[in-house]
Amino acid sequence: MAKITLNDLRHSYMPDPKAPSDYALKKLDVEWRDGGAYALLGPSGCGKTTLLNIISGLLIPSHGQVLFGDRDVTKLPTDERNIAQVFQFPVVYDTMTVYDNLAFPLRNRGVDEATVDRRVRTIAEMTDLTGMLKQRAAGLTADGKQKISLGRGLVREDVNVIMFDEPLTVIDPHLKWLLRSKLKELHQRLGTTMIYVTHDQTEALTFADQVVVMKDGEVVQIGTPVELFEKPRHTFVGHFIGSPGMNIVPCVVNNGSVSVGSTALSVENSKAVSGLSGNFELGIRPEFTSFSKSGLPVTVAKVTETGRNRIVDARHEGRSIKLIVDADAAIPSEQAFLNFDKAHSHIYADGWLVE
Amino acid sequence: MTLELKNLSKRDGADMHIYPTDLKLERGTFNILLGTTLAGKTSLMQLMAGIAKPTGGELWFDGKNVTKTAVQKRNVSVVYQQFINYPNFNVYENIASPLRVLRMPETEVKARVGKFAELLRLTPMLNRKPSELSGGQQQRTALARALVKDADLVLLDEPLANLDFKLREELREELPKLFADRDCIVVYATTEPVEALLFGGSTAAMNEGRISQFGPTFATYNAPNNLTTARVFSEPPMNVATVQKRGSKFSLDGTSEWDANGAYKALADGSYQFGIRPHHVSPTNSAGAVKVSGKVKVTELSGSESIIHFDMLGNPWVSLTGGIHGFKVGDSEAFYIDVSHGMYFDHNNNLIRA
Repeated sequence: MAKITLNDLRHSYMPDPKAPSDYALKKLDVEWRDGGAYALLGPSGCGKTTLLNIISGLLIPSHGQVLFGDRDVTKLPTDERNIAQVFQFPVVYDTMTVYDNLAFPLRNRGVDEATVDRRVRTIAEMTDLTGMLKQRAAGLTADGKQKISLGRGLVREDVNVIMFDEPLTVIDPHLKWLLRSKLKELHQRLGTTMIYVTHDQTEALTFADQVVVMKDGEVVQIGTPVELFEKPRHTFVGHFIGSPGMNIVPCVVNNGSVSVGSTALSVENSKAVSGLSGNFELGIRPEFTSFSKSGLPVTVAKVTETGRNRIVDARHEGRSIKLIVDADAAIPSEQAFLNFDKAHSHIYADGWLVE
Repeated sequence: MTLELKNLSKRDGADMHIYPTDLKLERGTFNILLGTTLAGKTSLMQLMAGIAKPTGGELWFDGKNVTKTAVQKRNVSVVYQQFINYPNFNVYENIASPLRVLRMPETEVKARVGKFAELLRLTPMLNRKPSELSGGQQQRTALARALVKDADLVLLDEPLANLDFKLREELREELPKLFADRDCIVVYATTEPVEALLFGGSTAAMNEGRISQFGPTFATYNAPNNLTTARVFSEPPMNVATVQKRGSKFSLDGTSEWDANGAYKALADGSYQFGIRPHHVSPTNSAGAVKVSGKVKVTELSGSESIIHFDMLGNPWVSLTGGIHGFKVGDSEAFYIDVSHGMYFDHNNNLIRA
């Protein structure tokens, strides 16, 4: 096991990249501590798979280094990196038993049978596969097979890192709950460094201590789930994390005073904004928006029930602003006013948080 | 004008894919089939479309028995989970293809394709091939093709399942609008309860080849007839435990007690299944809540809320609450159940009405 350092990492699939847009992965510097749980989160095409392939050794980056501990592994092939990988679709040998499937990565490396047996039984216990060890993998359900894949990823004790590439995408929501919490539990028990790649915010936030949010090959924010939720550094993070995402409302700043239309507002980053003037954007999450007696005038356009709460689509001068309110909260019928929680109101310029 | 399933069933050898089912869907309605993989959603849709032949029962459309009518002669559109488009056709020709089959005049084809491309925001992509599109655009093309002819029945089989989370959120908002002014019957299959709630309409909860309940979506969510529907319609999974009714009290293993109010007062003494959704179980106390203790298995934090998995008298329970609650694995903690939202089921797993 080891700390992982990505040093000035960049990658282009072109032979002679020049413009920033030529890079599938723009400059990335990050240090991941040994034993941490990390997630790479972003939409399709954001560069997260490119980054994963660089860490696993399937791809050599055009610039920069990958270090495991103090060792430069940038150009080392996958099999010399001591890593385990779990993919979106279960990779299982159907004709083998569950036991032999789990034992495979160990036997492949010539581990003695006594150790193989001990490890296989430990991992089977953790992944709830003990009762199925003698069954052929072919007869298992999709989530059973994915458990084997997880188990195979976990079975070696000497790996530097275990990488998960959208491991729950093909799993039913009901089982996803179980497997997701299982994975979290396994991380807490094993303490192996884990990197989890996904486009699903819930999976990323619930799994990771720290999430790397990516967009167009660029890292837009690295932070804890709470940081990403409470203080998005970019409007993209605000939008991408949370459901519905953060409201982005055009606003005017006049020598540090913020207003939307004719309504004056207080914001969290008022110090950074003081002295500034011009057109900016206000970011406020639906969770921190509420109805009040005065404030920004809106009309209520639509109310959607989610079972747990209600999502209200309010309109200010034709622009949609969403609120999340309690399932039993009173909702004004037409004309209403909104209050934005000051501590969670942020001003953005060109998408970036004014700091 | 209706689609009616009369005792419709599908058997494959000894396997019952769909048990005899009665269902009546009206024109202009949005209907959801909700259930896990293998619940029978796709099998039922194939029977509705005529893609698969039933082994029992009949299918009626607008008062006519269409059980033996070939799929080509029914006016049906289908969209699948996988993005299916003609790879050699551009977006325009993909959308136009059902109209070509109908030999529609070119001017009308152009008008219709233009309208639906606009509605699904595909106008700038009309000359592109599917391979040059993102997943969301490919699925929008498939949706446009399903909508471009005036189908009587539109079947959408988990159309958003393969899309990125945010795209799914976006299309979930757009989809109902596409059908707002149409006269067709829409059937939408999903594994996700929240998707059913967001769409509204009516929901059929499915489990192991059977519809356990069919009715207005929100009413079905709030008052499931039975434990099966309650489980299908809860994400995270519903918390269930056995409770004892004795005199005027309910109790969980004799430790936590609460009053049996209203209609429950008259309930015969004995054991019942108690169901409570995870957002009504909290690590913080509130008025009228009942305290239980549980051993924490794992805590997931999502930035704004906590999902705590714990063992409640041997049952796997989940608490879902706002705020960040960090608990250590293995610790015993107090949890508070808002029993006013509890549901009680009898020995046959049927809901006992309050």
